[in-house]
Amino acid sequence: MSTYNMKATYREALNQALREEMRRDDRVFLIGEDVAHYQGAFKVSKGFLEEFGPRRVVDTPITESGFTGLAIGAAMAGLRPVAEVMTFNFAILAMDQIVNNAAKIRYMSGGQISVPLVIRGPGSAAHQLGAQHSQSLEAWFCHVPGLKVVMPATPYDAKGLLKSAVRDENPVIFIEAQLLYPTQGEIGEGDYTIPLGVAEVKRPGTDVTLIAYSKMLLVALDAAEKLAQEGIQAEVVDPRTLRPLDLTTLAASAKKTGKVVIVEEGWPVAGLGAQIAESLYRKVFDYLDGPILRVTGRDVPMPYARNLEDAAIPNVNQVVAAVHQVLYRN
Amino acid sequence: MASRVIMPKLTDSMEEGVVVKWRKAEGERVESGDVLAEIETDKAVMDLEAFATGTLRKILVPEGTTVPSGALIGVIGEPDEDLREILEGAQAAVARPSTPPPTAVPASAPFGEGGSASPRVRTLAREHGIDLQTIKGSGPGGRIVERDLEPFLTKKDQPGVREILLSQMRKAIVRMTTQSKAPVPHFYVTIEVDMAEGLRMIEESKKSPASSPVSINHLIIAAAAQALKQHPGLNAAFAGEVIRVFSTIDIGIAVALEDGLIVPVLRDCGAKSLAQIVESERALVARARNRDLTPEEYTGATFLISNLGKFDVESFSAVILPPAAAVLAVGSVREVPVVWNGRVEVGQRLKLTLSCDHRVVDGAAAAQFLETFKRALERARAL
Repeated sequence: MSTYNMKATYREALNQALREEMRRDDRVFLIGEDVAHYQGAFKVSKGFLEEFGPRRVVDTPITESGFTGLAIGAAMAGLRPVAEVMTFNFAILAMDQIVNNAAKIRYMSGGQISVPLVIRGPGSAAHQLGAQHSQSLEAWFCHVPGLKVVMPATPYDAKGLLKSAVRDENPVIFIEAQLLYPTQGEIGEGDYTIPLGVAEVKRPGTDVTLIAYSKMLLVALDAAEKLAQEGIQAEVVDPRTLRPLDLTTLAASAKKTGKVVIVEEGWPVAGLGAQIAESLYRKVFDYLDGPILRVTGRDVPMPYARNLEDAAIPNVNQVVAAVHQVLYRN
Repeated sequence: MASRVIMPKLTDSMEEGVVVKWRKAEGERVESGDVLAEIETDKAVMDLEAFATGTLRKILVPEGTTVPSGALIGVIGEPDEDLREILEGAQAAVARPSTPPPTAVPASAPFGEGGSASPRVRTLAREHGIDLQTIKGSGPGGRIVERDLEPFLTKKDQPGVREILLSQMRKAIVRMTTQSKAPVPHFYVTIEVDMAEGLRMIEESKKSPASSPVSINHLIIAAAAQALKQHPGLNAAFAGEVIRVFSTIDIGIAVALEDGLIVPVLRDCGAKSLAQIVESERALVARARNRDLTPEEYTGATFLISNLGKFDVESFSAVILPPAAAVLAVGSVREVPVVWNGRVEVGQRLKLTLSCDHRVVDGAAAAQFLETFKRALERARAL
């Protein structure tokens, strides 16, 4: 693994990962809306058309189901496509291809045909994009056997995990976030990968475990900082891959602290935190000092008004309040 | 399909049970709900009902045998059914020693003031041997949560504290003593014995080339055996709805080891001469020190003796190890002023304290036993 040795944004980290993978393996190609001439709706594929040409950087019409199906077919035929969805809200249109073809072909062909495909793009809310464009749908994909689901929070993880996703023999849903694209962090220069299915302790602590991924990791880290000022040492764990989930790492932390708060932007009902909590209850029930708490997005379509939107997304104060509650401090 | 009959776990504290009586014979037809056997738990004798209808094909545990809860004790099946698979499993199940559940924290015990305890608290209490009944919960509804336990936890990183993992022997001592001291209502009676004659006899035996030297312990065992013959009520055990009175006198002798203690049992002391007691006690204690004993040799004492005499202890009281109902704690022989015929003389006196299970023995019976014992020990030459 590389050391952290250069500054980059999350966007640049993704760009580097894809570029390095396309240079490494000429079966890798990028397909999606505005990925070539416009260099990606969020400029992740900046410079790609120039370097790799139109055969490997392919603009499509607004046809999510069509180009996803095309990518699945290409993967079955031996290529390694990366399909960019402009946002994961539009992947809903390709749900039949993703759930019924990408996730099932390896199983239904008795292992004869695999689908080494990455579907990537931003999920979750940005600022005032309205109810239809502000959704956190990761739980939908996590529900499906045959899919892997990755949601990196930092530039370093984004680069290492995207490279692993491209090299994986199975379909990987790789969910980024618009508000993370400009965030900066140290990344490793050159070729390094982070294995799928491995969580990471982002901040060690002893008093409470905060589990958070993607944008919510940043909220959890801010909350941990605030809690430290009142003497509460929160351990922040990022699963990074949501399916398969690294229960071993999460459980070790939960066992240590005995108190768990899960932070997620998605809706509460049948959300990912419910799944994580259930897995933890089974594994570390005897070590828990109280019920696991979840801080989730509100159970409503995302409001457009900025103040209401802010109220619908988990924030630092809610996380701090939840920690006080699991510590029985109120 | 064959159905397993297992030793049930009828109470939280039940770890093993005795098959007192089989009420059905091998080959007999049983209906679900029929009483198969009488089982004695640590608390009472109860009926064991059949859960299946069929033929009682096998009785695996004879009457009077103690087996751990969960052990296979019989099989109900069709008359011609192949039972090999189920019976092979039984060997392993019976051979495995039962892991004792923690005694300090019964799972269903009420906690605090009508509240509950978090799973973490239960785990910590178990690990640290904390009785949750004594703790008031500060969580919702009186739930005991981790912070309520903090004053009771030994901090791992506390300076000057060293943690020693419990050996199997230490675990057994923990189990045996807490199972005794908590449920067994102890009471204590102390006497003083004139050891002048006994000590002379011991000195003489050291000089005699013909026989092995006699120790104070040998004299005490012999005197206790003699007294128990006259007071069989102390050679007994509490067993739920009955008191068992044993016809043989099997005396357990506490032997200190470097990291604990063990109580080998000297069998049938009532039928042994002093010389036989001397020989067999020496052999048994030597093997106990070498840790050569089989489990049968350190279980089933009907009376107990614990001697701290070599440590210059005036007297002490010992914890009864069930099923025995009494333990005699022996101090050291001391030179003390005694009044004899109106004059103060130097006497050789030994203090002994008898701990008794009040469920079996009452104070007067204990005092009478000690009187007989004292007389026997003071006339050591007659032993």
